[in-house]
Amino acid sequence: MTDVLASKVASPKAVLSGVTADHTEGMSYLQTLPRRLVTLYLPLSLIVFVLLFPFYWMALTAIKPDEQLLDLDRFNPFWTWTPTLKHIDKLLFGTHYPLWLMNTMLVAITATILSIVASVLAAYAIVRLRYKGAQWFGVAIFLAYLIPPSILFIPLSTVVFQYGLFDTPFALILTYPTILIPFSTWLLMGYFKTIPFELEECALIDGASRYQILTKIVLPLAVPGLISAFIFCFTLCWNEFIYALTFISSTENKTVPVAIVNEFVDGDIYRWGSLMAGALVGSLPLVILYAFFVEHYVSAMTGAVKE
Amino acid sequence: MADLALKHAISPRSIPDVGAWDRLKVNRNWLALWFMLPAAAFLLLFLAYPLVLGVWLSFTDARIGRGGEFVGLENYEWLWDDPVFWLSVFNTLLYTGVASVFKFAIGLYLALLLNHNMSFKAIIRAAVLIPFIVPTVLSAIAFWWIFDSQFSIVSWSLRKLGLIATNIDFLGDTWNARWSVIFANIWRGVPFVAITLLAGLQTVSPSLYEAATIDGATPWQRFRYVTYPLLTPIIAVVMTFSVLFTFTDFQLIWVLTRGGPANATHLMATLGYQRAIGGGYLGEGSAIATAMIPFLLAAILISWFGLQRRKWQQGESND
Repeated sequence: MTDVLASKVASPKAVLSGVTADHTEGMSYLQTLPRRLVTLYLPLSLIVFVLLFPFYWMALTAIKPDEQLLDLDRFNPFWTWTPTLKHIDKLLFGTHYPLWLMNTMLVAITATILSIVASVLAAYAIVRLRYKGAQWFGVAIFLAYLIPPSILFIPLSTVVFQYGLFDTPFALILTYPTILIPFSTWLLMGYFKTIPFELEECALIDGASRYQILTKIVLPLAVPGLISAFIFCFTLCWNEFIYALTFISSTENKTVPVAIVNEFVDGDIYRWGSLMAGALVGSLPLVILYAFFVEHYVSAMTGAVKE
Repeated sequence: MADLALKHAISPRSIPDVGAWDRLKVNRNWLALWFMLPAAAFLLLFLAYPLVLGVWLSFTDARIGRGGEFVGLENYEWLWDDPVFWLSVFNTLLYTGVASVFKFAIGLYLALLLNHNMSFKAIIRAAVLIPFIVPTVLSAIAFWWIFDSQFSIVSWSLRKLGLIATNIDFLGDTWNARWSVIFANIWRGVPFVAITLLAGLQTVSPSLYEAATIDGATPWQRFRYVTYPLLTPIIAVVMTFSVLFTFTDFQLIWVLTRGGPANATHLMATLGYQRAIGGGYLGEGSAIATAMIPFLLAAILISWFGLQRRKWQQGESND
């Protein structure tokens, strides 16, 4: 099950830069420029335009003055010569937005760390301790990965209430790992499998305990996998909506996605500026993280699929 | 000398006592128990238990703040006669079906385009993934603004181009709203499909294409008989995930329409939320959520047997 597709996807670096096997390297000279223009550049730029336009529009709306937002005929809607930071200023100093950012950050980081620790231990046990029934645990974790939050949030809300966690950050910190652990365990299992067995055997003969093997040999070698798992879990936490919407009721405990949807949507016709500013500022941390770790994102995505 | 060495070797002190505790410390199963404990605790307490509880709740008349009593199949009978529920089933199937087909087609096409050699390749590939990185709710808000009934930039552009006379009511009309949310979902899902399929395309050896070309294969034949068969295993997994997450989608709908206009875009997940958390009827909401499980099982089984078949076809050992 786990290795079925391992040879079927390229390394993340290759996916991004295409160093291994871009098939057109060999035969691209057969295509003339006008032909490439029509079959490649035109459709590609169209798709990329559609994919990126909403972000351009979001960013532009966030810095447009109010009167230009709604008057599409007097001002060119696709550009503004008088950018303003009014919406972002109002967002950061006139609302609870910084608090919501902090909440999201706190929940995301704590839940991610908890999940990574649990996943490292579980993945190592499944791959290397090979205890009785290990492969069934592997399958169970894969199945857990396929259970979506949408069918769990109703019973979970009663569970959260029973445990007295309702409307506290712990409601999210303790429930998010159920989404993250299956994914990151699966990802790390793939990484641990690539570490040579002999290294561990040597360490065992030298008298190392399992814990020492894990911390001194396996983890240092699996750092790229850990980074992938970490940033992907962080992104999933930031993206999570339905649990945060259900388990948190007071304004000051909300996370960014829920707060924007619930607190910013009022009857004000000029709300769009601050809404878009909120969406922009909320996306920036992830986009910055992404810019630094593109390869790890790709590795996490393809890793999630290949297992 | 020899005497001394012999004496040393048989000295009982040189061999440490191996007690039951020492044996236990290196026992695989005992160690594994502790290694598995944190993950298992999370998954049992917050995943397995709620899953079972959800099925149980669907057979009770629980409300918020009041434990329910067992009522048998009453919730399901009620839903069976509820036209809104069936509308939501129809919407979910339409949403999943149409969005998945387009995500697959556009994603595969985009992957093939990105697989070409061109300048700024890495930057373009990285840019394509951005819709996947940005939280769904936040990009959905951007779509909400783009789909605004009065100030939509799409309506404005089409009007300026002379293609339409009046603004399109994207989210206020039954079918417009459905196509709008489906479009937003496709937009959000295409990068994931494209980049994972691209990862698969990268491993296809160029010599296969060269050989096929020399044998006189047309571009379509090269795709159909070289690329597609080699890509099938990845396509199966990617599309299973895609179908699963589209089927259980909540965020996009909740931000864009909240199920409106007149329940036209209610998915099973949003209807479940509205009934259970909004209305307080936990039992009924759970019944809707439980009704999603057979569909999910079907998707999982298809992926499972798809993978199994690949394995013996390739003659790989079980792992």
